[in-house]
Amino acid sequence: MEKKNWKGWLYLLPAIAFLGVFLVYPLLDVLTYSFEEGYNFASQTYFGTGLYNYRYVLRDPYFLQALKNTLLLVAITVPVSTILALVISMGLSSIRGLRELYQTVYFLPYVTNTLAVGLVFMILFKKTPYSDGLVNLLLSWFGAGPVDFIDGPYWAKMFVLCFYTVWVVLPFKILILTGALASVDQTYYNAAKVDGTSRWRTFTKITLPMISPTVFYLVITGFIGAFKAYSDVVALFGTNLNAAGMNTIVGYIYDMLYGDSGGYPSYASAAAMLLFAIVLTITCINLLVSRKHVHY
Amino acid sequence: MKVSLQNVTKKFPSRNKKQPEDVVAVNDFTFEIPDGVLLGLLGPSGCGKSTTLNLLSGLQMPTSGRIFFGDDDVTNLPAENRGVGLVFQNYALYPHLTVKQNITFPLENRKGKDKLTKQQMADMALEAAKLVQIENLMDRKPKELSGGQQQRVAIARALVKMPRILLLDEPLSNLDARLRLQTREEIRRIQRKTGITTVFVTHDQEEAMSISDLIVVMKDGVIQQTGKPQDVYDSPENLFVAKFLGTPPINVFDGEVKGETLYIGSEAVLPVPGVADQAVTAAVRPEGFVLSETGALGCDLSRVEVMGRDISVVSTHPNSRNVTIRAIISAENAVPPEAKTVRFDLKPGKVFLFDRQTEERIAFG
Repeated sequence: MEKKNWKGWLYLLPAIAFLGVFLVYPLLDVLTYSFEEGYNFASQTYFGTGLYNYRYVLRDPYFLQALKNTLLLVAITVPVSTILALVISMGLSSIRGLRELYQTVYFLPYVTNTLAVGLVFMILFKKTPYSDGLVNLLLSWFGAGPVDFIDGPYWAKMFVLCFYTVWVVLPFKILILTGALASVDQTYYNAAKVDGTSRWRTFTKITLPMISPTVFYLVITGFIGAFKAYSDVVALFGTNLNAAGMNTIVGYIYDMLYGDSGGYPSYASAAAMLLFAIVLTITCINLLVSRKHVHY
Repeated sequence: MKVSLQNVTKKFPSRNKKQPEDVVAVNDFTFEIPDGVLLGLLGPSGCGKSTTLNLLSGLQMPTSGRIFFGDDDVTNLPAENRGVGLVFQNYALYPHLTVKQNITFPLENRKGKDKLTKQQMADMALEAAKLVQIENLMDRKPKELSGGQQQRVAIARALVKMPRILLLDEPLSNLDARLRLQTREEIRRIQRKTGITTVFVTHDQEEAMSISDLIVVMKDGVIQQTGKPQDVYDSPENLFVAKFLGTPPINVFDGEVKGETLYIGSEAVLPVPGVADQAVTAAVRPEGFVLSETGALGCDLSRVEVMGRDISVVSTHPNSRNVTIRAIISAENAVPPEAKTVRFDLKPGKVFLFDRQTEERIAFG
């Protein structure tokens, strides 16, 4: 028995070593940095230890703005994208003809180059000397005034960001959900049909519980992905996110490390730990909720 | 509820491009099921019996023909409005609901004036559960039940809404041999008690024979014969029915009728009055052999299997179409183990003659 144990650990060793060096050690390192005031990479020195970094970060208006942006992004895009993906995949599974064509169309964003996507969004939203963007053209047909989506009011920028995020995450969710829907045994639907079950009730009482593990997986990964939003924001609003008021937590951490205001690894670490705490809490809540509502 | 099918045909479009003609699953099916009868729909796999069941349930619509429940024409009525109870082969119990929730599920679908209170639903569910004796399992999930218990839950779910007819698709195929015997008795008991017209589909002739009031034997979408199980067994209309019913299967010989006598090989084995001279296919039930030292038919003995009550004499004959001939004989008759050949007399009622070409029955006597 003991010998077998020893062998098991040996097999796990490469993975454990790799994860330990590149994941656990940095994580612990960040934790220590976050308590060390004014840590300096070059000289490896710091002034003292304590909660000063956290106090600073939590009072920093840029961090608070980033926190607000991130929470808003998460709160809007996760439910919207999940529900939208569910609606689209339900539609996809109920049609016969052209189904493959639609599936391909919906999956295109997933395989499209980010820069190309950025370009498309520029054409859609960006104000240039020559045009106000396609969306503004559309708006003008309905008599609504031009809105500057990239440098304009906060809600307009938030809308573009949410729109972009939903659009980017949708293909993957649709792919996974269509697969989940296809794997539900047709006899359950036949049984429901023979019993005279309405379509809505069939959906809520049979389809949804059957695919609930998948939905739950998408919600959790959606939350985590949205909390880590950064590159999309840069693609849309450029690198000076604080000035645009569109920074995210990850953006804030990056700025603290390398940005214009860079060179503050302690603050960056504190912010990273705060993000970690938030994601952990949300995931735990998710797990608790799912235990009640997810059927395996 | 009396159920009648009139010229019902179901065709499926062919998916094979080389054979563009439609696949006919059910061909011109005309039959009437009297009220309160347990009907066994019997046939080899792919003969269209499940399609017939689906047509009755409304999950599939016939290509042509009409279906009546009582005097109501339900041909174009979708499944949800037909009021049939259907038990699926794999039971299709909702895995995320408890037994009680599964049974009440059909009741919760009712709308408008048919809507039931929680209490009424609970009472009806309990009643159905009592009928199939699962009232102590109401709070379990389906995966916590054995196959037989799941089967009962499925029957309770189909019965709870007081269906006009009850349909069972291969109800026993997922159960082990012992449970199968028990469950088929159970189905019979429940059907008797409720008096609901019941159709069940099976490929197992023993199952169909044992509990059905009536059986319908199907082959390639066409009805071969209908009737009481014993009548069909005693008087098969064609070679297919004769071969399909009965275990061990019937023994088939190439024979010839000359001068109102049946010859197998060169031996005259049975007088067959009224049959014209011709080449025939003769089929003999395993219980149609009588051991006799002066018997008419001589076979090469392979072995003797003792089964307690009976013995099974396994032999071969050059004119037999089966690889071996199996005769079931009362254990009182001993066969000397060193014997090379064995001789039988044939019981006239257990021998059937069929036309070589059409395989239709030729009556004699």
